[in-house]
Amino acid sequence: MRLEPKPAPSLAATLLYPVGAVVATLGFAALLVLAAGASPLSVFTLVARGAAGSQFALVETLTRATPLIFTGLAIAVAFRAKLWNIGAEAQLYAGAVVTVVLGTGLLPWPSLLLIPVIMIAAMLAGALLLLGPALLKTRFGVDEVVTTLLLNFIMLLFVSMLLEGVLKDPTGLGWPQSQKVIAEAQLPRIIQGKRLHYGFVIALAAAVAVWVVMKKTALGYEMRAVGHNPEAARFAGIPVNRVLMKTALLSGGLAALAGFSEVAGLKGNLTLDLSPGYGYSGIVVAMLAMLNPLGVIASAIFVAGIFVGADAMSRSAGVPSYIADVMVATALLTMVVAILLTRFRVRWR
Amino acid sequence: MAAKPPGGVRAAALGVSSGADISGKGRRALPQEPHPAASLPPSPQGGGEHRETVLRLQGITKRFGALVANDSISLDLARGEIVALLGENGAGKTTLMNILFGHYVADEGGVEAFGRPLPPGDPRAALDAGIGMVHQHFTLAENMTVLENIALGTQALWRPRLDRAAARARIAKLSADFGLAAEPDAPVASLSVGERQRVEILKALYRDAKILILDEPTAVLTPSESEALFRTLKLLVGQGLSIIFISHKLNEVTAVSDRVLVLRGGKLAGERPTAATSRAELAALMVGQDVALPPIVDVPYGGRILVLDEVSTGGKSSGAPLDRAALTLRGGEIFGLAGVSGNGQAALAALLSGSEPSTAGDILLDGEKHRPWSTREALDLGIGRIPEDRHAVGTIGDMTVAENLIAESYRSERFSRRGFLDWGAARTFAREIIADYDVKCPSPDTRIRLLSGGNMQKLILGRALDPEPRIVVANQPTRGLDVGAVAYVHAKLIEARGRGAAVLLISEDLEEIVALSDRVAVIFKGRISAPSKRGERSVRELGELMAGHGLEAAA
Repeated sequence: MRLEPKPAPSLAATLLYPVGAVVATLGFAALLVLAAGASPLSVFTLVARGAAGSQFALVETLTRATPLIFTGLAIAVAFRAKLWNIGAEAQLYAGAVVTVVLGTGLLPWPSLLLIPVIMIAAMLAGALLLLGPALLKTRFGVDEVVTTLLLNFIMLLFVSMLLEGVLKDPTGLGWPQSQKVIAEAQLPRIIQGKRLHYGFVIALAAAVAVWVVMKKTALGYEMRAVGHNPEAARFAGIPVNRVLMKTALLSGGLAALAGFSEVAGLKGNLTLDLSPGYGYSGIVVAMLAMLNPLGVIASAIFVAGIFVGADAMSRSAGVPSYIADVMVATALLTMVVAILLTRFRVRWR
Repeated sequence: MAAKPPGGVRAAALGVSSGADISGKGRRALPQEPHPAASLPPSPQGGGEHRETVLRLQGITKRFGALVANDSISLDLARGEIVALLGENGAGKTTLMNILFGHYVADEGGVEAFGRPLPPGDPRAALDAGIGMVHQHFTLAENMTVLENIALGTQALWRPRLDRAAARARIAKLSADFGLAAEPDAPVASLSVGERQRVEILKALYRDAKILILDEPTAVLTPSESEALFRTLKLLVGQGLSIIFISHKLNEVTAVSDRVLVLRGGKLAGERPTAATSRAELAALMVGQDVALPPIVDVPYGGRILVLDEVSTGGKSSGAPLDRAALTLRGGEIFGLAGVSGNGQAALAALLSGSEPSTAGDILLDGEKHRPWSTREALDLGIGRIPEDRHAVGTIGDMTVAENLIAESYRSERFSRRGFLDWGAARTFAREIIADYDVKCPSPDTRIRLLSGGNMQKLILGRALDPEPRIVVANQPTRGLDVGAVAYVHAKLIEARGRGAAVLLISEDLEEIVALSDRVAVIFKGRISAPSKRGERSVRELGELMAGHGLEAAA
């Protein structure tokens, strides 16, 4: 087997690659389902129905997609500039901590003022958290994969400390959880009585905004140039390090919005299980979208659908919902292969 | 089949017609030659005698999508023969060799070595059949000795230790037989480029190569080193080896080969016995048309735009740093800087381009002292830059032509407003450059990596020269380009000179330097020699300066 370079594929062909990756993922998952002693067809039907088969299912999927859109955008922005931000999980929690600190009564302001202030503060916190690894990368050449990844664990322990200490809810019966944010700090629900909240709308707006930045602005151009060829970018006079800093700020800020929206829109308070790995799933979301900000919306909904659908399926089919984790992880691998195949042709001999 | 190797004719071609060549007395002064007294070996075979075919490529066709890289190319190589494979970049030379070596599988056709077919797609088979390759970029481990490099990988995996004594004896015998002087215990890092190349050749011979393929072997050599290489090659074929010599330099091809195969656009454009052809004919075969250097008319000398006074750099760039280098660039001239690569050209280009600061000395711009500038400042000061490596530094391969063209000017009012880019204006600009600089490319939205080297270079020229810079820094602007593109680059540099710009032409191609430059200097180990006016120094004198002789006296 060998790889041969090939000319750039057409746009239509490019769109087929994520589809192919998903099909391959389903094929692999089908084998696992068979191994678990169930029928793949019925399991997939159950997953699909659980994800989109009813209004309840659909609302649940979109709710779950909201933080994934934010983290997916964060990753897409960073990866575009080849800043390997694996720390969206930590940045998410940074945003959540700020939301709880400012939103539990410290600032007794009306919603229209309070929510934007919290959003900005949360973004700043996430941005600052990624600034450190970015500085270490540009100044000393420290691998940001390592630093951002390890920061995830540091951040979780830090949150744990806060929840056992200063942020602990005195009325929480000893559970490690924070107080609920005040009503003014809460994002309203889109449909009364359903869990879907305005965080989803903010996420869509963020995706469009990021798309505009990447396509239309000088900054987006600089980020793509730095990502594709930093040496050539530097030679042409693009301030590579400054661009990487701006990328880090944007990426960290977007990931922090996921934490903000989960606390202010859904959970109300901060717990250690606020995110079941949204920061990591964001990598899959961004890759499936081939780093396209608008594609992130679709791939986030898809990944959320798998998680939500698998939960529903496991209740009725008896196949563990871990199949969702396996599928998402497999989707990442198949997508990486698919992206490789956009540039190379495989020859068997 | 009267392709006899006429040594006399070759020597004549070598001595007279080749500009980049130092012959005669120059030889004795150059210590790095293996056997100063070695003369050309006698012709291995008499004329007319039938010679055994050692390698046969038959009807090789290779397609990449719509592109036909090789279109039914056949090649026969006889024992004791040097065949030159001549062609522009993209003509299909490399593809053909990759097929021979099993890196690619041909769509049609086959390869036969010593009468036996080679299985397609098996690099090991080519090596086992006695085919050795010397790549343009050496594949040596720098921190190991010559002996270790040569013997590396030749011993069975289960043998725990290298049999040094046997290896040493074998290398000594090969060195003596073929006139390839090499010190087995020297670390490769300490060797000159020419010496490293000898090690590469020894490596192939050590593996019992009977057919040697050299890919652009002279690209990194001084003229005298090249000549030493040519004599080595003659010795090798004298001992019954066969050689394929890949090049796009006409003078080398005529100097060294017995037979020339010219590739153009993936097809075999012609095959000529070297003795019965001329450089003009080969050039015409190569490009399919006649090319000539545009006339250089005298333009009034401008003032001293840029002066470097005893300037040193810190060694951030590859190769030697500048060491108290002095240089004066005037308007309306092309200043040619010759030198073997790695002697400080990169540092000088980086300094003027704004990528590396100076550590000592004065930089004067229009007579006033100026601190070292950044890349952005360089552009603002009116310095147009053509980088040495157009793939790694000059262009961003996965971005479009338009995106690449605005890389130096996207912040100007023309292309951006309040942080938003005007893609319409960028595309319009790209269309202008594509038209003005005669770039063959389908649209401004084409990814630049899909273009040929020549078209890429034209776009870089357009980007650098369109703002009409006062200083042009062109570092190896024609390296790896085909004859047509080279002529185009030259014309554009002459045009900039005619406009009154100061053009610094850094090149390893002496012929190019001599043909274009109003003044010439040589860079050696970070020092720049005193300049000489057009015609003041002979090519041989420049060659000696390039080798480091008499630079101190001259400087």
